[in-house]
Amino acid sequence: MAYVRPVSKTTWYLKDRNYTIHMINELTSVFIGLYALLLLWGIGAVASGDKAYYQFFLECLTSPGMLVLLWVTTIVIFYHAIAWFKVTPKAMPIQKGEAFVPGGVIAGAHYVIWVLFSLVVLYFAGVF
Amino acid sequence: MSAVQLELEILRYDPEKDQEPHFQTYQVACQEEWMVLDAINHVKDEVDTTLSYRWSCHMAVCGSCGMMIDGQPKLACKVSVKDYANKKVRIEPLANFPIERDLVVVQDDFMEKLKRVKPYIIRKEEQPIEAGEYKQSPAELKKFKQFTLCINCLCCYAACPEYALTPEFMGPAALALAHRYNTDSRDQGLAERHKELSKPEGVWDCSFTDTCSIACPKHVDPASALQQLKIATTVQWYKELIGMGDK
Amino acid sequence: MELIKTDIAIVGAGGAGLRTAIAVAESNPDLKVALISKVYPMRSHTCAAEGGAAGVIKSDDSLDLHFNDTVGGGDWLTDQDVVEYFVNEAPKELLQLEHWGCPWSREPNGSVGVRPFGGMKIKRTWFAADKSGFHILHTLFQTSLKYPSIERFDEFFSIDLLMADGRCQGVVAMEMKSGRLFRFQAKAVVLCSGGAGRMFPFSTNGAIKTGDGTAMAYRAGVPTKDMEFVQYHPTGLLATGILLTEGCRGEGGVLRNKDGYRYLQDYGMGPETPLGEPVLKTMELGPRDRLSQAFWHEQQKGNTIPTSWGDSTHLDMTHLGEKHIDERLPLVRELSITYAGVDPVKEPVPIRPVVHYMMGGIHTNIDAETPVPGLFAVGECACASLNGANRLGSNSLTELLVFGKRAATNAVEFARNRNAEANESELQEQADKAQTKIRELVQRSGGTESIAGLRAEMTKSLEEGAGIYRTEETLQKTCNTIADLRKRYAGIELHDKSNVFNTDLFQALELGNMLALAQTVAEGALARKESRGSHQRLDYEARDDEQYLKHTLAYYQGDEAPRIDYHDVVITKSKPGVRDYSGGAK
Ligand SMILES: Cc1cc2nc3c(=O)[nH]c(=O)nc-3n(C[C@H](O)[C@H](O)[C@H](O)COP(=O)(O)OP(=O)(O)OC[C@H]3O[C@@H](n4cnc5c(N)ncnc54)[C@H](O)[C@@H]3O)c2cc1C
Repeated sequence: MAYVRPVSKTTWYLKDRNYTIHMINELTSVFIGLYALLLLWGIGAVASGDKAYYQFFLECLTSPGMLVLLWVTTIVIFYHAIAWFKVTPKAMPIQKGEAFVPGGVIAGAHYVIWVLFSLVVLYFAGVF
Repeated sequence: MSAVQLELEILRYDPEKDQEPHFQTYQVACQEEWMVLDAINHVKDEVDTTLSYRWSCHMAVCGSCGMMIDGQPKLACKVSVKDYANKKVRIEPLANFPIERDLVVVQDDFMEKLKRVKPYIIRKEEQPIEAGEYKQSPAELKKFKQFTLCINCLCCYAACPEYALTPEFMGPAALALAHRYNTDSRDQGLAERHKELSKPEGVWDCSFTDTCSIACPKHVDPASALQQLKIATTVQWYKELIGMGDK
Repeated sequence: MELIKTDIAIVGAGGAGLRTAIAVAESNPDLKVALISKVYPMRSHTCAAEGGAAGVIKSDDSLDLHFNDTVGGGDWLTDQDVVEYFVNEAPKELLQLEHWGCPWSREPNGSVGVRPFGGMKIKRTWFAADKSGFHILHTLFQTSLKYPSIERFDEFFSIDLLMADGRCQGVVAMEMKSGRLFRFQAKAVVLCSGGAGRMFPFSTNGAIKTGDGTAMAYRAGVPTKDMEFVQYHPTGLLATGILLTEGCRGEGGVLRNKDGYRYLQDYGMGPETPLGEPVLKTMELGPRDRLSQAFWHEQQKGNTIPTSWGDSTHLDMTHLGEKHIDERLPLVRELSITYAGVDPVKEPVPIRPVVHYMMGGIHTNIDAETPVPGLFAVGECACASLNGANRLGSNSLTELLVFGKRAATNAVEFARNRNAEANESELQEQADKAQTKIRELVQRSGGTESIAGLRAEMTKSLEEGAGIYRTEETLQKTCNTIADLRKRYAGIELHDKSNVFNTDLFQALELGNMLALAQTVAEGALARKESRGSHQRLDYEARDDEQYLKHTLAYYQGDEAPRIDYHDVVITKSKPGVRDYSGGAK
């Protein structure tokens, strides 16, 4: 009988550095999910038309615990975006003539678009 | 031709004798030019003729000698003994496959999956041979060429954590070959392959760890093929939704 | 013992076996095909072929030119009816592969590209970068998955043919993962089991190329043909024998001796051609036998470079440039860097001649038939006399296709027209004999000989006696040694007694096969008192058409040396002439 080596369903990602890195990347989505919930809550607070409730929401945002979460989320979003941009040339190769557009150009374009979007958002947020 | 000393810890398993696999250690004085496969061959020829493993071409193209070397899936004929000089090296059969005997793994699963992706040209109408070749520009060739380079060594399956956890997953090599045909200008079989590829155990089990591409000794980059397939599969799904499914 | 009844049994799933199987399945889907191979099809050594496959396709070329190159390249030991059929069918077969998806390299207008090759007067070698055989094999294998009538028996090791009533009716093979024997009962059997380069110590051939099928046929009474013709490829990497394709020279690579001198001009292949402008059938594009012989002479003169892996000369490609090398010879670059630590873009690569191809094999004719009814053979295991005394590079990949298809047609016809009952009791008896043979081999104890030991002595002896240049004395010595080794073979003992993937056993069987064939090589060479193509005798330097424009046949005689006989060469339109590779001189 052929021998089947057991695979741990709970610790497999500790076996290999690349697996671990991948799992960290996947974990970042937890924070992004939390942030999405936060946004939903904010929208709910505005939509409720209850000024006091909205005020409470804003106060929560500036509480130290929340600030930590927001900072962590910001860092994590950067990490996630950079990791993703790095691999976009694999998912979306562009062929011009015979040659493929170098990966750096495709990843670079993503950064440019990211910055542009951020500027637009900041503009509407009244930063400029 | 100075010698490189290697301590090989080889996983042994004979289903007729052993309950489970165990390691056996061999000391090998290697010549500097040797690959790890040469060291294993030395063991087989001079020390222990009962050791079983597969090998043939010794030029990294037949794909027989994929095995775990120091925990990583590699072709034994393509890694130099110098990389492990004066170290203890663990040699194990490819991960994620059942062990048939010693370093020989059971590969039936891959053979069956490969067949399921229909890795051949599918056309609605064949052009007769007398009409000559299908024209294909160098650019059209280049589009899929990289994905033709797979030698089916299965290092990618051994590297893939998804395959380890979900053995139904079609896996990197089979899917990359599906993509190879989908993107060949001579092929018209995308819609036909779609059924198989769009199943959960098709492209969607891939979580893009990229470990298959890191392991691939021929730089096929199956992870890239899979991500492109995900996009193609999605597009095809929408096309079928609006009744334009046929390529 | 398990019994598998099939219509056509094919032994070997390399280029030849797969092409044969597909041809049967396509034209006769109702016939069952059993495709038996000791390795998974894609591991077959066809995968190692780099340079390409020859076939007339361009308007500046003609079938006659391909015919002439092949006949002259083979030093007129080719059967000309076979060559004519071959050159005719070659383009169709290569186009067929194109239709099946082979990623041939292309010209800018989208048509297939061709590259120059040694001994060919015109560029006519189709190529897929420098992984042509790999792509051909995988295209065929993947295409074969389409056909439900092809049943594969991967990792089944064939042991013996089953003969009854004067015809071949099947084969016995062992399922490698279980050690169980299977009796394949077939209406026709096609052997596609590849070459036997592993008889030599330094070879481009993979571990599986041990001549099993050829030896099976030989033991069953089919003669081998022209076994003394062994091709040395001039450019093998030193430590490993890995091939650097002739495509290197086709693209403009040159050979230099220790002084950097392009020595081929001293051996009838000059005058020197300008760097980067290779001239067909001249200098580096001379045929393989001549180039390998030139190396030997340089070695005698002390013009080679001594290394710890033997003497070498240089293959210099540095003038081709990185872009060209990466586009046309990517594998060559990868191999040189990995296995020799030399980047051909920057430095010349040390090389030496290496055993590459067996021109000889199972005696077959233009129909891929052996003299035994119901038994066919194709590919490197066979000798259809297409390659004569020296194969031209890139003819053999095409040969697999052309004669694979032909064998399929004829095997089908044979299977359909012979409704003769299988002689079950006789077949079972023979299969039982094979089983007993295996059992004895595994269980035997007290032996003192080792497989690796005998193998090393065999390879050394063949190289010394039947290498690039041969003499009566060296050959006689080798004949004696091989005969002695065959006796000592009875004294090997297997330490592995397991039924599961017992590679000790397979190596023993392979060694037995190689020893039998080694004897046909050495005895054939001893008997051929002339020099022709790859068979060069220092004691008989000239070609002798009077006596030896004949094929050598070797018949199995049990433990004794083979009986040597001769067979006429088919000559239709090209009278034996002079092989001229000094094209530039005219
Ligand atoms: C490095 C290299 C480069 C080459 N380059 C070129 C080139 O550029 N152009 C060209 O035309 N030719 C080239 N050749 C020659 C050519 O590749 C071979 O002659 C050809 O591929 C042989 O094909 P085949 O199908 O006969 O055998 P193989 O591909 O060797 O297949 C043999 C098959 O037989 C099976 N088999 C063997 N023994 C047994 C057994 N006992 N039981 C069951 N199955 C068995 C094996 O499993 C395998 O499937 C090259 C050869 C080498 C070695």
